[in-house]
Amino acid sequence: MTRLELRSLTKSYGSRRVLDDVSFTVDGGEILGFVGANGAGKTTTMRIVLGVLVPDGGEVLRDGHPLDAAQRRSIGYMPEERGLYPKMKVGEQLDYLARLHGLDAAAARAATREWTERLGVAERLGDEVQKLSLGNQQRVQLAAALVHSPEILVLDEPFSGLDPVAVDVMSSVLRERAAAGVPVVFSSHQLDLVERLCDRVGIIRAGSMVALDTVEALRSGGAPRWRVVAPQAPAGWAAAVPGAHVVSEGPDATVVEVTHDGVEQQVLAAALATGPVHELARVRPSLTDLFRDAVAGTPHTQEAQA
Amino acid sequence: MSPARTVRLVAAREISTRARSKAFVWTTAVVLVLIVAGSALIGFLGGKEPEPLHVLVTDDITATALERAATATGTLVETDVLGPLAGAPNLSDDDVLVGLAPDGTVHVTVNTEVPSDLGPTLTVMAQQQALGAAITSLGGDPAAVDAAVLSAQPAVTTLEEPTKGPDLGASILGQVVGILIFVAIMTTGQMVAQGVVEEKSSRVVEILLATIRPAELIAGKVLGIGALGLAQVAAYVAVGAGSANAFGLLDGVDVDLWSAAGSTLVWFLLGYAIYALLFAAAGALVSRQEDVASVTTPILMMLMIPYAVGISVAPWDPTNTLVTVLSYVPFFTPLIMPMRSALGVAAPWEIVLMIVVCAALVALLVWVAGRIYGRAVLLTGARVPLREVLRAR
Repeated sequence: MTRLELRSLTKSYGSRRVLDDVSFTVDGGEILGFVGANGAGKTTTMRIVLGVLVPDGGEVLRDGHPLDAAQRRSIGYMPEERGLYPKMKVGEQLDYLARLHGLDAAAARAATREWTERLGVAERLGDEVQKLSLGNQQRVQLAAALVHSPEILVLDEPFSGLDPVAVDVMSSVLRERAAAGVPVVFSSHQLDLVERLCDRVGIIRAGSMVALDTVEALRSGGAPRWRVVAPQAPAGWAAAVPGAHVVSEGPDATVVEVTHDGVEQQVLAAALATGPVHELARVRPSLTDLFRDAVAGTPHTQEAQA
Repeated sequence: MSPARTVRLVAAREISTRARSKAFVWTTAVVLVLIVAGSALIGFLGGKEPEPLHVLVTDDITATALERAATATGTLVETDVLGPLAGAPNLSDDDVLVGLAPDGTVHVTVNTEVPSDLGPTLTVMAQQQALGAAITSLGGDPAAVDAAVLSAQPAVTTLEEPTKGPDLGASILGQVVGILIFVAIMTTGQMVAQGVVEEKSSRVVEILLATIRPAELIAGKVLGIGALGLAQVAAYVAVGAGSANAFGLLDGVDVDLWSAAGSTLVWFLLGYAIYALLFAAAGALVSRQEDVASVTTPILMMLMIPYAVGISVAPWDPTNTLVTVLSYVPFFTPLIMPMRSALGVAAPWEIVLMIVVCAALVALLVWVAGRIYGRAVLLTGARVPLREVLRAR
């Protein structure tokens, strides 16, 4: 099975360091979600994988060996900045790209047919790309990334601009390629999708990886949080409990972070002292919370990384 | 996949998409029609072949005598033998009937008057007949005397070398070659610049360069557009030479059309290679079609200067020093040297030397322009400063 590995990538533009020791591995059959704020270094990382940018340090390996030009050709790539020849017909364009990736004419034509049918743009084969709607152009762009049966997939924001139907098609294609043993990396700001699709998630902030683990591990990592619903509790009721730290307090519920298991019982006791308690439940941070924390640089996820 | 196959694929795309574009097809068709129409017009107006005068004659002897007289006066005459006539001939308005009597008298019958341009010929014919009759009566052979008279030539001694002004035909050919090469290099070169910017502005360059090397992409583009441009120029040259021939523009003009055509193609190829690489590097510096002009203007100026000097001076003064010097400047050579060749003032050693120099310049530009292109093509922004690209590691 193919394995893609990024080892200690660094990149600077002038004095501005945009990547600092970025490393991660994607195994065949695995989908890695790559998230981070705008400008955090996702696109730079992907461009380095594709050889479009040269890193200042570090390397990209496939099965333990540095990627060569022929192997780069076997990567399916969807750049963040979408790009196709606007005045070229959909079919000719995909044929051409498939042939540039090394397919012969017949195989290129067959692959073009197959992918345009799967992605629902087969009836537009003879139309110029610029005449297609933006959504359909996106589908053609995805077809362009898939048309040469890539052995590795690197997709920068593949879901942006897609309608819900296309999102489903795209999701199923990614799952299917992964199931066929292809390592898949994609970046996205749609964290619910990342959470649903990915086996693992890497979070990058200001050029450094701040988290890299399964969604499950990321969510259960960090200090446990509890949600307490005690309607008659006055404000600040939990502040006196040792080892507890109020994350948020509102009329409906209070969220308390505890230093270790067992403290929540003292929190409960404090809550009961104010009146009835309707609920005490463990809160797992959503990926969105983790992302927000990671981007903000709070310790929550940095501990999770350890 | 071999680089050669990649380059071929890229070139094939350039050719097939451009050759089918309406702009290209129409431009080529219009120029070809203009070339044929222009040749026809010049041939027609120039009147290189005046209409022969049509003369009716009574028999073959008359026809021979009339034609000999016509040759002597330099008149073009076409005879039509009617045969012996009984009674007054039925002549239409401008018909002329000529008959030679056994005694050597020339009888001319016309409706109203003898056409003025036929008069001298008829006079000469009558004089020749009279002379013939006189020679015969003196016991001589009129045919031998005729031959002696016709072969008599004055002996001319030239005291000074004639100052050789440019031949009109060569001068026109020089201008045509100059214009053709300039227009061809300019249009194909700008096609390269626009093609580079199109890929950059549509961002397709990123997926292309994730697949193939910048050198392969630019080589395929330059070769593809170059092949198309060469085919276009070859078509213009072939149709131009063919129609010049067909409409008689070359009759009596001392020019070697085919060697001019060959030199045009060679210099187009070298000039195209030089300027296409410059245009490619320049195109890579900008990201929008609107900005193309800002980077291609200096290159267009480089094309304009030798063209303007060449076209305005060379055809009238082929050995002009400025023209000669500019033809040794490698970037200008492809525009001026073919003009000098067509004018017949370029020595073979000059041509060979400058072909070698220009080929070396192309090799150097492949390297320099390739580096500029490779570094700038993925950088976005209004315009990448050239200094930054050259300084980059």
